[in-house]
Amino acid sequence: MKYLSNVVSLKIIPELCVGCGTCLEVCPHKVFEMRDGKAAILDRDRCMECGACAGNCAFGAIEVDKGVGCASAIIHSLIYGGEPVCGCEGDSSGNKGCC
Amino acid sequence: MTRLKLKSTVGQKNGPLSPCCPASKQDLPAWVYGAVTTPAGPVLKVSTGLTGKDYWEHFKCRTTSFRNNYTVNPGLYAVGDPDKNSDVLVSSNYKYSFDILRRELNGLNVWVLVLDTKGINVWCAAGKGTFGTNELIGRIARVRLKEIVDHRRLIVPQLGAPGVSAYKVKQAAGFHVLFGPVLAKDLPAYIAAGHKATESMRKIGFSILDRLVLTPLELSPVMKKFILFTIFVFAVFGLTPSGIIFRDAISGGLPFVLLGFVSVIAGALLTPLLLPVIPFRSFAIKGWLVGLLSVYVSMKLFPMLDQQNILLIIIVYLFFPLVSSYLALLFTGSTTFTGMTGVKKELGISVPLYLGGTAISLIILVIYKLGEWRII
Repeated sequence: MKYLSNVVSLKIIPELCVGCGTCLEVCPHKVFEMRDGKAAILDRDRCMECGACAGNCAFGAIEVDKGVGCASAIIHSLIYGGEPVCGCEGDSSGNKGCC
Repeated sequence: MTRLKLKSTVGQKNGPLSPCCPASKQDLPAWVYGAVTTPAGPVLKVSTGLTGKDYWEHFKCRTTSFRNNYTVNPGLYAVGDPDKNSDVLVSSNYKYSFDILRRELNGLNVWVLVLDTKGINVWCAAGKGTFGTNELIGRIARVRLKEIVDHRRLIVPQLGAPGVSAYKVKQAAGFHVLFGPVLAKDLPAYIAAGHKATESMRKIGFSILDRLVLTPLELSPVMKKFILFTIFVFAVFGLTPSGIIFRDAISGGLPFVLLGFVSVIAGALLTPLLLPVIPFRSFAIKGWLVGLLSVYVSMKLFPMLDQQNILLIIIVYLFFPLVSSYLALLFTGSTTFTGMTGVKKELGISVPLYLGGTAISLIILVIYKLGEWRII
């Protein structure tokens, strides 16, 4: 299953990539592949912007607008401010349908 | 190891956190059955068998807010008889996750390092950062892991990767993070293969069963609001210039309430279940289509639901599919493949439509009532 096409904020900066392959390992959706010794995007529509690749790239070669793809969390953050995050604790409506 | 000593271990372990554990006998969890002595003190041994009580609690986690406070104390635990060469598996302190992990570790001798994720599962906590680099580095120091194991490697679940920067853990704590499989059930094979994950171990699926078990948590908060909707509908249909007439409330209102229920089921149950076969990638559109179709089919199948008045027919086809659409959109939070940019885009388009559609429906309802009272 794939989500909307062409919305994902994932970017590789090829000049910084050393081809270590860590992003291929941490990505749970097989978004990356190795091409000529560097990471390349195989299928960007599969990306869910979890940020595992960017956070584990020691060379800063990946940028992604990391966040949760969760409508309740985003609506909550629009109304009450703050980052959209998952999790119910510290929340007045403690039993939303999240994680 | 005596019972008394074990209790004092629990006390030490807890640290500042958590809902649990003044040192009284009942407070030693049933799944702890002893302790392993280490240079850094005793470490509680946990069983790999789950009891009926554990499964009952898991059921409650799946259906109610019981899960909001279902935790184990962060810290180090032992499975089997681990020694200084045994693997260290990192997990969250949501007890459901912890239970699934220990269940899959039967026959292995490993350490389990439980991070304080405030009772949230690994993936959600990683997104939030509580299952994260800093907590992991701090926890390694707090349990004095370097005194307990000779090697310097940790197995972190793959879905913890959004929160854990392996290279930072290496720099700060000296431990090399290996990202293990997505699912705990693949751990024995992963360890046996010398810490090698196959491609399928690294990918998240989203089967119909995965989706089915998530729907109760979509439905149960909606049903609370549905009670308010029911009261509102009965009040509106029962309202006459001479007071609320109970018969009118039921005869006019009941079909509406039932169609509302159909739209809830369409958005929060049918759409998640049929997700891959419903056309379009947008959740809002998927839900709207299923809602529209469900309302139409219900009215054709059950004559009592069918509406005669043109104004009410407009409301039925305008409002209820939007309800389904909204509920389907909320399911994005449960999926394994939706991203934030996409959901924001959907919300930007659909929320104005939801609000506009609801407003128009209310105006039409007022016009209908005024017509019924022969005011216009």
